[in-house]
Amino acid sequence: MRPFNYERVVATPDALATLDGARFRTGSGGKLRHGGMSTAAHFIAGGTTLLDLMKLDVVQPNKLVDISRMPMTEIKETDDGVLIGALVTNSDLASNPIIKARYSILSQALLAGASQQLRNKATVGGNILQRSRCPYFRDPSMDCNKRNPGSGCPAIKGFSRMHAIVGVSDKCISAHPSDMCVALAALGARIHLQSTAGSRVVAINEFFLTPENHPEIENVMRSDEIITGVQLPASRFNPENSHYLKVRDRESFSFAIVSVAACLEIDGTSIKGARVALGGVATKPWFISESDSLIGKTVDSEIFRDFAEAALKTAQAQKHNKFKIELTKRSIVRALEKAAGVI
Amino acid sequence: MDDIKDDAHAGDAVQVSELPLSIVVNTQTYNLSVDPRITLLDLLREELFLTGSKKGCDQGQCGACTVLVNGRRIYSCLTLAIMHDQDEITTIEGLANGEELHPLQEAFIEHDGFQCGYCTPGQIMAAAALLNEDCGPSDADVRECMNGNLCRCAAYPNIIAAIQQVRKEKANATV
Repeated sequence: MRPFNYERVVATPDALATLDGARFRTGSGGKLRHGGMSTAAHFIAGGTTLLDLMKLDVVQPNKLVDISRMPMTEIKETDDGVLIGALVTNSDLASNPIIKARYSILSQALLAGASQQLRNKATVGGNILQRSRCPYFRDPSMDCNKRNPGSGCPAIKGFSRMHAIVGVSDKCISAHPSDMCVALAALGARIHLQSTAGSRVVAINEFFLTPENHPEIENVMRSDEIITGVQLPASRFNPENSHYLKVRDRESFSFAIVSVAACLEIDGTSIKGARVALGGVATKPWFISESDSLIGKTVDSEIFRDFAEAALKTAQAQKHNKFKIELTKRSIVRALEKAAGVI
Repeated sequence: MDDIKDDAHAGDAVQVSELPLSIVVNTQTYNLSVDPRITLLDLLREELFLTGSKKGCDQGQCGACTVLVNGRRIYSCLTLAIMHDQDEITTIEGLANGEELHPLQEAFIEHDGFQCGYCTPGQIMAAAALLNEDCGPSDADVRECMNGNLCRCAAYPNIIAAIQQVRKEKANATV
């Protein structure tokens, strides 16, 4: 690894003070003035994404600010839901009794990801800000519009099997790899951000950005902001009617080719509420905006298939990932059938 | 605050000085001075000569470097030593009680849970943590809970059998 300065902070005011004067970059918020690898100061929490990328020389922070011991590890009930601290580990979040009972999709999605060793270190904030698994992004000897704006996207005409089919642009087709974020998108989570200038809350759908002509900017965070927590709305979905389906090359310990978070409210055979989101196939955690169209319908595989067709109508595939279009449709149907309890 | 005036840190050489680190490994306290770049795995192997933890991939994808930090299993290759000031680390070398092997070590021998042995310390450390985690009763559950430890020799069936035996013994002992 290249040399860096290291500093550990504990209280929030300290963490924010280190941002003063430092060109700070969390994940990919903010616009790089020039292309090339990010050398700015980074927060480190679990470190499971950051250290991986530093070893690959994809990012080269000149300073690491260790926030891993800051007091942001609570999961607490609020008037309108649950507030999860940004430093809650993935494993603690997955096993939390409130989450398991009332936000089952989140627990299911977390346990479908990585391994217990990674989940014990990875944090909620870090999971949100994790970077692409695109092999071109992760290889500094390759061009990449995300890593080096303007240099091109070799994946588009290259090996695109694991890449996205929705939310893509001619600059970037990289899929957001998180499982947790797909569940957060289905639940309609809100991200709490704080800076020296104050705080704000951003709905997860607005937090993440599609690449368009700026793949290097993945979210709306400013360079002086830190994620402090994630707010879940009031619980609506039973564990029996929440299903996270993950399709991958291996049985376990692999990123998704396609994943679907399906949450339903059912009354008899009638759908009263529906929120469906996609992973593995989209450039950001993908809430299917047509989810509302399922409300009032009966539980029926053909209706689920029509819904899947509508959800994928803007899909754009490359040479190696055409199969994802049909696979995603079938996965949506299967996830909804599971959530509805018909299989 | 949005425009970058000085992202040209690239031109400046960062002067790295060593930082103090106090760390407990297998109940022994070490007061060290470390380069912040050194991973926990490299500290254990190169600084403390505890070479039981292995460097299989160095990118958190194989599990051979698994150690316990404050009782929780993590990949020591994907964390910086400097981040673990005051933490308690347990490596494979710290599992046995003198000459008395840990039940998992006994079970791995009994069930032939290894061939080349390279993944084995990581497997055993992961399993040691699993004993205190919420894992379902079946072989499939154990397989899933051990998904972060790869074995190129495919000793998996025997690894699972070893772990299940110790779980059964543990359950019987508390009855």
